[in-house]
Amino acid sequence: MATFKVNGVEQNLDIEPEMPLLWALRDELGMTGTKFGCGIASCGACTVQVNGNAVRSCVTPVSAVQGQDITTIEGLASMAAGANPSAPDLTALQQAWIDHQVPQCGYCQSGMIMAASSLLARNPNPSDAEIDSSITNVCRCGSYPRVRRAIRSLATA
Amino acid sequence: MNITRRRFLLSTAVAGGGVLIGYSALKPSKHRIANSDLAGEGEHYVTSFIKIEADNKITVYVPHSEMGQGVHTSLPMMAADELDAAWEDIIVEQAPAIDLFANGDLVKGFAGEYGIPSFLTGLVNASAASIAELMNLQITGGSSSVRYTGQTAMRTAGAAARQMLIDCAATRWGVASDECSTQLSHVQHNASGRSLSYGELAADAALLEPPKDVTLKQPAQFTIMGKAISRVDIPAKVDGTANYGIDAHSEDMLYAAIRLAPVFGTKLVSVDAGDVLSRRGIKRVIEMEDSVAVVADSYWRAKEALKLVKSEFEASDADNTSSADLFAGFERSLAADDSSKDKEVGDAEGALESAADVIEGSYKVPYLAHAAMEPMNCTVHLHDDIVEVWTSTQDALGIKARVAKIAGVAEDDAVFHHSYLGGGFGRRLPFNWNVIDHATLIAKEFDVPVKTVMSREDDMQQDYYRPAVASNFKAAFDANGVVQAWHNRFTGPIQVPGASHIPYAIANQSIHVVDGPTHVPIAAWRSVDHSQQTFFTESFVDEIAHRSGINPFQFRMQMLAEHPRHRKVLEVAAEAAGYGENLPAGHALGIAVQESFGSIVAEVAEVSLDANNRPVVHKVTCAIDCGWAVNPDTAESQVEGGIIYGLTAALYGEITIENGRVAQNNFPDYEMVRMADSPEIDVHIIESGEALGGLGEPATPPIAAAVSNGLYILTGQRVRELPLKNHDFSRSTPIAGV
Repeated sequence: MATFKVNGVEQNLDIEPEMPLLWALRDELGMTGTKFGCGIASCGACTVQVNGNAVRSCVTPVSAVQGQDITTIEGLASMAAGANPSAPDLTALQQAWIDHQVPQCGYCQSGMIMAASSLLARNPNPSDAEIDSSITNVCRCGSYPRVRRAIRSLATA
Repeated sequence: MNITRRRFLLSTAVAGGGVLIGYSALKPSKHRIANSDLAGEGEHYVTSFIKIEADNKITVYVPHSEMGQGVHTSLPMMAADELDAAWEDIIVEQAPAIDLFANGDLVKGFAGEYGIPSFLTGLVNASAASIAELMNLQITGGSSSVRYTGQTAMRTAGAAARQMLIDCAATRWGVASDECSTQLSHVQHNASGRSLSYGELAADAALLEPPKDVTLKQPAQFTIMGKAISRVDIPAKVDGTANYGIDAHSEDMLYAAIRLAPVFGTKLVSVDAGDVLSRRGIKRVIEMEDSVAVVADSYWRAKEALKLVKSEFEASDADNTSSADLFAGFERSLAADDSSKDKEVGDAEGALESAADVIEGSYKVPYLAHAAMEPMNCTVHLHDDIVEVWTSTQDALGIKARVAKIAGVAEDDAVFHHSYLGGGFGRRLPFNWNVIDHATLIAKEFDVPVKTVMSREDDMQQDYYRPAVASNFKAAFDANGVVQAWHNRFTGPIQVPGASHIPYAIANQSIHVVDGPTHVPIAAWRSVDHSQQTFFTESFVDEIAHRSGINPFQFRMQMLAEHPRHRKVLEVAAEAAGYGENLPAGHALGIAVQESFGSIVAEVAEVSLDANNRPVVHKVTCAIDCGWAVNPDTAESQVEGGIIYGLTAALYGEITIENGRVAQNNFPDYEMVRMADSPEIDVHIIESGEALGGLGEPATPPIAAAVSNGLYILTGQRVRELPLKNHDFSRSTPIAGV
């Protein structure tokens, strides 16, 4: 039995231990906000957070997250808000994504946001070089200039 | 713009048995169809695009796919502005895939601009279809939604609706219509101070026959168009709720992984499935003419099991073919010069014979995959004599018809479920149907929904590719060093006429195309022929400029005396980029310009080499004359994206053929520009007031030439083949004096 928490809710799934977390989320739990892009941890579309760290779920077997806390794009705001009932529906990061009109097709953006959120959590004021080395997600629409702008708008100088 | 009776009649005639969107507001019969199909209790239509409810909520139906280009915002902006609605009152909905919302005007717009649109040539070739037969499509492509559907249908519908609402209010008040005005979803009678909301008038308006002529606003009257309105699709794209085709989900759904013939056009011979059926969740192994699929209760289980399935495909003449063989074939075709005229001006052959000097350049570019972020997929559910389909597509009506045909049900019994597209770029246009066809064949074996998903490897190896092209140039100079002839032979097919033409005043031009058939399937790829041809022509023009001893910017300006819009974008881009000013040591600027899809774009790329002598693009300065911009912020993001899409192709893009099949597998060997090598981009939108130009594609073509023209100045090496990753810039001799 694979057991882990997704956005604070415990899940017990009778699935193979080697099933990648991506497919457990999408096909078993019907949580489709996390995207399939390449299947080999190259593009980052499947990025989720495990205990707050960005992880590419397409190559992460569920056995590797046994008992862990997973946050997906669907739960990013609620997990950040914790028990605060007056918290907004979006994190400041997601709002910055709207303010800077970042997404185009949007397919890569769940992963992009999960990666950026993890970066800012451990480095609130990343340099351009740190953004470059941390955000290695692929966006075919070319939203990179706006991703950079949105992250920088939140950086605490 | 007056919608004249002549135009109205012309539009009606083109529609034939179909329906012309936007003009349906002017056809009472279709008006009734709209009401019966879409209006709910207490709702009324005044045109087929616009639904006004009693509570003053105004729904605009958008007949195009949203793939990030912002069309779900820009088209409603156009309708709402002409309607004089308050933007806050607007609800945007995807128009359903029914022929009422076919976008024949788009096709007609293309027919006027280019002849039959490139992405429809497959159908035209197949059936010699007339324009009228192309009406039953719902295409999103060709940088055309705003230009055609927006300008013809959305604005007309909004203006017609506004006039009808005024007439209703005037009748109710017993005053003349021209005493009334509109703003913020209300009609006002200024003399008496009375006011009625559109919602209060909607029931009356639905009974009116729409006006035959409407007058569209002048730019000074715009209240919504021209403003940077936030895109309506973005909130769902930051919280995970945006729904793409691949997100179709149900409890009883099955999933298919598929292996298509690796050598294009070959058939399946045999399958050895071993004991995969005994694996957990595996439902069936399905053999098709050119493929084998495994169906399971999870995509991962299907994909893992498929790895264990052995399959043999028939041998083919193409089995030993490589990219080198294909390009050698191109060279033979070019050498034989059994060519068709593309453009001929003056006597280029004669000028070459009498020339004091001739330069030559042989260029080529490889095949490219689209590599949309959402891998190709399609979910089909056959049940109760109907078929339902979920897929991300640039042509919902076409998909519906295709799936119905393969499923063996009537088109009216097919239901299409819309979604956002995780990228299109031409891959999701009509005729690029491999995943659609196979998903339907697989789903025919089940009575539950079956989702067929291509792996990234399938997606890359079973694409319909941007054509590989070879292009040979000669230029003739007279004794004074002035260029007198432009001679170009390139391999076809031509997908978009005119892409190889140059705007420059060279007296003698001979531009011909030769056949370049291969076994590799091809399709439109963002900006179609312009992406290859602009690399060729703008690089060779640069060669001519350098040989002429004139700075490449100045040379272009001199040769474009008849093209003020080209000159303007060049001037704006060059000045903003600091052209001619001091650059950081080891940096150079390259410039290129191209007109495509109704817009004219100049780009200046600031380049250098890194410590390993690999090209670095620091900044791209772009000036685009797209006439005017409906949503300037969306316009900018389309330009940014178009540049990065073209830059990926220039730096890295290469699909090669080995043993008849695609050699590349996934992003590691089909590399993408990522954050680290994404340049700063500075966009200047020039509002010339000319007709609206496209925005989705025109920024892609110039970038490859702009970058390689800069690299020439930096290194003395003329890049005549892409991608740049294959070039060795370690031995560099900068070009002085530019």
